[in-house]
Amino acid sequence: MKIALFGNPNTGKSSVFNLLTGLRQQVGNFAGSTVDKREGFLAIGKAKHSITDFPGAYSVYPRSKDEKIVYDLLTNKNQEIYPDAALFVVDATNLERNLLFFTQVYDLNIPMILVLNMWDLSAKRKIEIDIEKLQEAFPGVQIVTSNARLGFGKTRIIQAIQNINLEARKSFFIKDYLIAEINDQEKQITETTLRYQKIKKLIYEVEKINEVKTDVFSRKIDKIIVHPIWGYAIFIVVLLIIFQFIFSFASIPMELIDGVFTNFAAYTSQILPTGVFNNLICHGIIPGIGGVVVFIPQIALLFFFIAILEETGYLARVVFIMDRLMRPFGLNGKSVVPLLSSFACAIPAVMATRTISNWKERMITIFVAPFMSCSARIPVYTLLISLVIPKIYYFGFINLQGFVLFSLYSLGLVAVLVVSFIMKFIIHNEEKGFLLLELPSYKNPRWTNIGISIIEKIKLFIFDAGKVILAISIILWALASYGPGNSIEEELVKTKELKSFSLLNKVEKERELASVKLEASYIGRMGKFIEPVISPLGYDWKIGISLITSFAAREVFVGSLATIYAVQDDGATKTRLIDRLKRDRNSKGEKTYTLASGVSLMIFYVFAMQCMSTLAVVKRETNSWKWPLIQLLVMGIIAYLSAYLAFQLLH
Amino acid sequence: MIKLASLKTGIKTEIISIENSSIYSKLVEMGFLVGSTLEVVFKAPFGDPIAIELNGIVISLRKDEAAFIKVRETK
Repeated sequence: MKIALFGNPNTGKSSVFNLLTGLRQQVGNFAGSTVDKREGFLAIGKAKHSITDFPGAYSVYPRSKDEKIVYDLLTNKNQEIYPDAALFVVDATNLERNLLFFTQVYDLNIPMILVLNMWDLSAKRKIEIDIEKLQEAFPGVQIVTSNARLGFGKTRIIQAIQNINLEARKSFFIKDYLIAEINDQEKQITETTLRYQKIKKLIYEVEKINEVKTDVFSRKIDKIIVHPIWGYAIFIVVLLIIFQFIFSFASIPMELIDGVFTNFAAYTSQILPTGVFNNLICHGIIPGIGGVVVFIPQIALLFFFIAILEETGYLARVVFIMDRLMRPFGLNGKSVVPLLSSFACAIPAVMATRTISNWKERMITIFVAPFMSCSARIPVYTLLISLVIPKIYYFGFINLQGFVLFSLYSLGLVAVLVVSFIMKFIIHNEEKGFLLLELPSYKNPRWTNIGISIIEKIKLFIFDAGKVILAISIILWALASYGPGNSIEEELVKTKELKSFSLLNKVEKERELASVKLEASYIGRMGKFIEPVISPLGYDWKIGISLITSFAAREVFVGSLATIYAVQDDGATKTRLIDRLKRDRNSKGEKTYTLASGVSLMIFYVFAMQCMSTLAVVKRETNSWKWPLIQLLVMGIIAYLSAYLAFQLLH
Repeated sequence: MIKLASLKTGIKTEIISIENSSIYSKLVEMGFLVGSTLEVVFKAPFGDPIAIELNGIVISLRKDEAAFIKVRETK
């Protein structure tokens, strides 16, 4: 059976999904849209049922792109994906509101099971629900209770699925219910209002509340969390903690992974016969894949924290206190989540904008999110800072290098605010944005939910970003391995005839040849070609090559420099590279990497759009190439002008 | 009778009317109906948005969204 999982947001629907499918789930896309589709499998005896988790909705009539999925599904009975049955998850502490959507799906005559989730919570709040009376109102639908977060109810739900009633039913609200047209607001409002009237009558008979429903615990915590001073202070502390973890703790596994891939590439190049194929695998594909995998620890950590903030209910409060601050910039409080996620990677961030209903607010968020410095920029920043910023401490504890790093991140944030502000006036949109956000009660995070959420996001990163990065790595490998005509062969021959060359040892000779080869290749020529354009920024053609290769992924910058300067790629690459770069001189005899050129380069990387994967995702989310191309252009111009200014001022 | 946007925290009220607007249908779906009981439980810094408790759930509303809802104090 194809089972669909429906329910209001914040009802623990995901917990029910995880409970039933465990790790037998995967994330994909709903056809023709960009909304994540979580699909899993549940085996009951010999039968294998597919369970699809749909986005939470308050009613069948959509308020956002997320919710439109449900509307599109339910308005077309003839589609293949139309469910055979539905599991409707209801928050037992909010029965009345939850019943709106429930009765709509009920009236569509889909075989259903009603899951009263958070049953423990309703008991705690002394809410009594007369299940028998409720059953009378909805004959033909089995009602089960559960507490999915703690794992209770799985057996009951499975039993209900086995015994599901497939016969036609009498409707609750109206016979032969037809979902109204998407633009027919009047009909929708009338239906909703009349439905609620009927629901209210039912609730009166079915639900008895013996105490005030208020969640006193959450209210107490809210007093601090939304406090004008403590609220923001706590948020800043939370951000600092997250960053500390990302910078210090993620580097350990990252270096491990980097080492593994480097060794694997070296090993493979020994065992494969020499030639193009060997080259492609060891210098194109393996480093390409390595470049993607190496970021997993950092991204996983960041999403781990965001997931905790979300599970506990804190994230909704962040949106709540940030909304008023974001509105002057044309953003929505909900923009906080994508912007935070961008610190890890812009790709899941852009996807997270789907919860923003207003088109203009969503577009602006998508457009500015890449200005938030992502993980890939970190290797570039750290290399350049070590290279040109002295290791000084002010007042004994303020580290200049750390301060510069912080400034780079802040620069990104400033760009977000300035660009959003400008776009607010450029983009025209009649529709007004709204918040209307539910603030769930504070809960202990469920670690399994968090784990599954992280795995989902990593998969997204690997498959979406990974594909593009790998493809471009291979293209760049080709451009770096081949040159016009015989140019590469000629240069190699010339080099081997040099006296200075014969003095090098075997390993040094190899690296020198690699460097000469790169210079004579297509990419080398491209670097030289753009040199006149980038020299006002303080860069030479060697940096030019690295700028070009960065278009695959920003972190490729470091690896490219290592190759150009014939620095051996092993554990000590960075230190050796920094030494080599410090000594490098350009054609005029001046030092290539000075404070001016270094800072200029850093600033360039803050602003430039150098991630093809992000552009690909933006294209998908906006259904056109217009926005990503504008993004590429605008960010490129800002990067160029800022880097130019920086270089000229510091020079 | 006052506009929800001006309501002080902690006063129990009942919705008397909801003005038509672009978000009318969304409000209704969330449970904002004539006769529903609600109370402002806290406000964000700057007083906007506000968090109201409606039939036991807490929903945040911008002040200009709340302006469409008129309420009356209940005992």
